[in-house]
Amino acid sequence: MALSLKKHEMPVQDPQVRAHNFDEVALGYDEETAVAEAERCLHCKVPQCRKGCPVSVDIPEFIGKIKERDFDGAIEKIKEANALPAVCGRVCPQENQCEKYCVLAKKGESVGIGRLERYVADRYMAKNEEVKPIEYAADAQKVAVIGSGPSGLSCAGDLAKKGYKVTVFEALHKAGGVLSYGIPEFRLPKDEVVKKEIDNIAKLGVKFELNSVAGRLFTVDELMEEEGFDAVFIGTGAGLPRFQGIPGESLSGVYSANEFLTRCNLMKAYKFPEYATPIKIGKKVAVIGGGNVAMDAARTALRLGAEKVYIVYRRSEAELPARKEEVEHAKEEGIEFKLLNNPVEILGDENGWVKGMRCIKMELGEPDESGRRRPVAVAGSEFDLDVETVIVSIGTGPNPIISQTTPGLDTTKRGNIAADEETGATSKPGVFAGGDIVTGAATVILAMGAGRKAAAAIDEYLKSKR
Amino acid sequence: MFKILKKEELSPSVYSMDIEAPRVAKKCLAGQFIILRVDEEGERIPLTIANFDREKGIINIVFQVIGASTMALAAKEAGESIVDFAGPLGQPSKIKKFDGTVVVVGGGIGVAPTFPIARAMKEAGNKVIAIMGAKTKDILIMEKEMSEVTDEILITTDDGSRGIKGFVTYAVQELVNRGEKIAQITAIGPVIMMKSVADATRELGIPTVVSLNPIMVDGTGMCGGCRVTVGDETKFACVDGPEFDGHKVDFPELMSRQRMYRDMEAEEKDHICRIGLGRK
Ligand SMILES: Cc1cc2nc3c(=O)[nH]c(=O)nc-3n(C[C@H](O)[C@H](O)[C@H](O)COP(=O)(O)OP(=O)(O)OC[C@H]3O[C@@H](n4cnc5c(N)ncnc54)[C@H](O)[C@@H]3O)c2cc1C
Ligand SMILES: Cc1cc2nc3c(=O)[nH]c(=O)nc-3n(C[C@H](O)[C@H](O)[C@H](O)COP(=O)(O)OP(=O)(O)OC[C@H]3O[C@@H](n4cnc5c(N)ncnc54)[C@H](O)[C@@H]3O)c2cc1C
Ligand code: SF4
Ligand code: SF4
Ligand code: FES
Repeated sequence: MALSLKKHEMPVQDPQVRAHNFDEVALGYDEETAVAEAERCLHCKVPQCRKGCPVSVDIPEFIGKIKERDFDGAIEKIKEANALPAVCGRVCPQENQCEKYCVLAKKGESVGIGRLERYVADRYMAKNEEVKPIEYAADAQKVAVIGSGPSGLSCAGDLAKKGYKVTVFEALHKAGGVLSYGIPEFRLPKDEVVKKEIDNIAKLGVKFELNSVAGRLFTVDELMEEEGFDAVFIGTGAGLPRFQGIPGESLSGVYSANEFLTRCNLMKAYKFPEYATPIKIGKKVAVIGGGNVAMDAARTALRLGAEKVYIVYRRSEAELPARKEEVEHAKEEGIEFKLLNNPVEILGDENGWVKGMRCIKMELGEPDESGRRRPVAVAGSEFDLDVETVIVSIGTGPNPIISQTTPGLDTTKRGNIAADEETGATSKPGVFAGGDIVTGAATVILAMGAGRKAAAAIDEYLKSKR
Repeated sequence: MFKILKKEELSPSVYSMDIEAPRVAKKCLAGQFIILRVDEEGERIPLTIANFDREKGIINIVFQVIGASTMALAAKEAGESIVDFAGPLGQPSKIKKFDGTVVVVGGGIGVAPTFPIARAMKEAGNKVIAIMGAKTKDILIMEKEMSEVTDEILITTDDGSRGIKGFVTYAVQELVNRGEKIAQITAIGPVIMMKSVADATRELGIPTVVSLNPIMVDGTGMCGGCRVTVGDETKFACVDGPEFDGHKVDFPELMSRQRMYRDMEAEEKDHICRIGLGRK
């Protein structure tokens, strides 16, 4: 049988239908499709794909197990490296990671590694297998994990399995970090995927203390000196949204993507007034930015009833940082991309509400430090976009609460926590950090990897203290 | 779950509640706030800490029923619980011994959050005067408590039914007229009141702190919804504030942003009323 140059297609909800609901867009492979897709893998002796995976999932091995229909074996293989496969299979930017390096990508399409990972993980989850609680030694050492995003969750899970008593402190009323408040339901189902992952970690015996803002309710020093924690992991995420600093950003109708998505995902504003948190959406919406967050905001706006949604991005399509699949899905759903355009002012009406956005056309000039061609404004090319809502999604800067209240914890010039890349060790003994608070906004898989590396390093550190 | 230990109606539609929250009570300081959710469908509402008892592990909040969420909270009785209570949030008030009198100005329920500040200022060795404003005498709150922690209280009512007739700014002017050397004023209340106090003290050259109440969601420095403009800089009230230099705050912008959900809130209140007080 000649191998297809194309991946097996992912069944998806019809774009016309899904643009009006919050149900998951991609429906997942069935068993036959998964096995057929697995057949495409050549089991390379030197698998290039693994080099592209930040946590080096043993890709050919797990795909081999799928071929044999040994799905339990496949999930075991994946879990050796990846603590959150149902999440990563859905949200990893595979086209820049594992799949980019797959040999098949040279001639056609790579193996659908992410899709296979998701299939195996979903299948395992559906079994609802009992998680065995850990039996902790009476004198087990205690570790505090601050933040319950992917870095904190994976750090907590690994440490619990090693026999440490772990407490996760989370500022919000719900665990999960960006998985709960940022990435929308239609890309990452909350009850079926996120909640289950968290419940499984809780079943290991990890305690979750919600509504607990570290740096305010307690300091890192107090955790170690007064509450008896032997080590602390900080995984508090990317922090405060940035704004461009253009006129009009304080008008009513201007949201940061974080606020917009938090209202919708965490507070379920799309079910208002059954849920008490409101969200305002105009008929026409502009989202500024080109990353995953911008795509999520735009597609959420559409689902909340906006008639026209623009993505306004200052570079060209090739530079869009979002996952390729999300860009494609957004286009199918009717989001209009205004590329090579930069907002210069948000226009308000007499009541302080947004009534439009002035943009200027850009062209690509010489490459900048990042190697990408720098967008430069085309003089005199301003035009007004008719919108009532503007969602700003141009990145985040670190949250200051913990660094301000933890003496001896060094930060970088940008205000991120300075931590060793391999171990997560910070300048403060016993304190480790990882994920977006260290790297700036990155990816789930990197945050998860950082949490696991830190767990290994914390284990070493605590063994030496015993 | 966080238990309501005590509930009291201070004046029509203004309630005081004691909430059992030992960890928050252990750490909180004057000027900080909490965020609570009444039930699983509830929104996150910020309320200033009006009092605390570290030994008993109690936080006291004083709130006015103005919309659906505060209505749902008011429907809860002592002995019942609310689902979430996070704090202390925000930067504490800067308490120290000043060279001169410290004045706290509370308008309406804004009196409540000035109480712990007045007490802390007094404990720091300051002469403290409280100005308490209300529309009319029946809705004055916490007069007794306030008089216990200050050297003097001045009451103003819009209708003249108690104390000085007129706004709190009149009382400030009166203090200045009588030669009181004021080192700092902390004003908390409706935005329009804080603006008038700040406008008046700018001319008088009195440093003035105000506590801002923009719309918030997380209260931890993640969403950016609480942004306010202070001296041409964008600040986040939940992590940089809530207290700011009143002479630098862009009040009109704050007022405009606070109105953002007004029509939807009316719809929500209506929904809550139709399904009965409180959601559960
Ligand atoms: C809308 C959106 C879409 C995204 N899409 C993708 C995608 O498709 N693919 C991908 O790989 N990545 C994506 N990302 C990025 C990815 O989600 C993050 O890189 C990842 O979640 C970072 O994990 P983390 O553990 O470092 O922090 P987070 O997930 O941010 O979690 C941090 C947690 O710490 C808590 N916290 C903060 N401060 C405190 C404190 N003082 N005390 C206690 N708790 C605290 C926060 O409330 C939060 O729950 C997206 C991000 C967003 C916002
Ligand atoms: C730091 C801070 C401290 C506060 N302290 C107190 C206090 O001690 N006592 C008190 O009675 N009120 C206080 N407030 C205001 C209180 O949070 C609002 O009155 C409450 O959220 C209204 O909710 P609602 O659903 O009943 O009314 P809604 O009908 O939803 O809202 C009425 C008005 O309240 C404001 N508001 C609504 N939601 C929020 C929100 N999530 N955050 C902030 N403001 C909002 C808006 O101006 C809105 O127009 C404080 C606000 C802040 C930000
Ligand atoms: S974790 Fe992400 S990068 Fe690694 S194999 Fe899975 S999908 Fe690819
Ligand atoms: S590079 Fe592609 S074909 Fe080779 S092992 Fe990896 S997934 Fe299979
Ligand atoms: S309330 Fe969200 S950043 Fe302040």
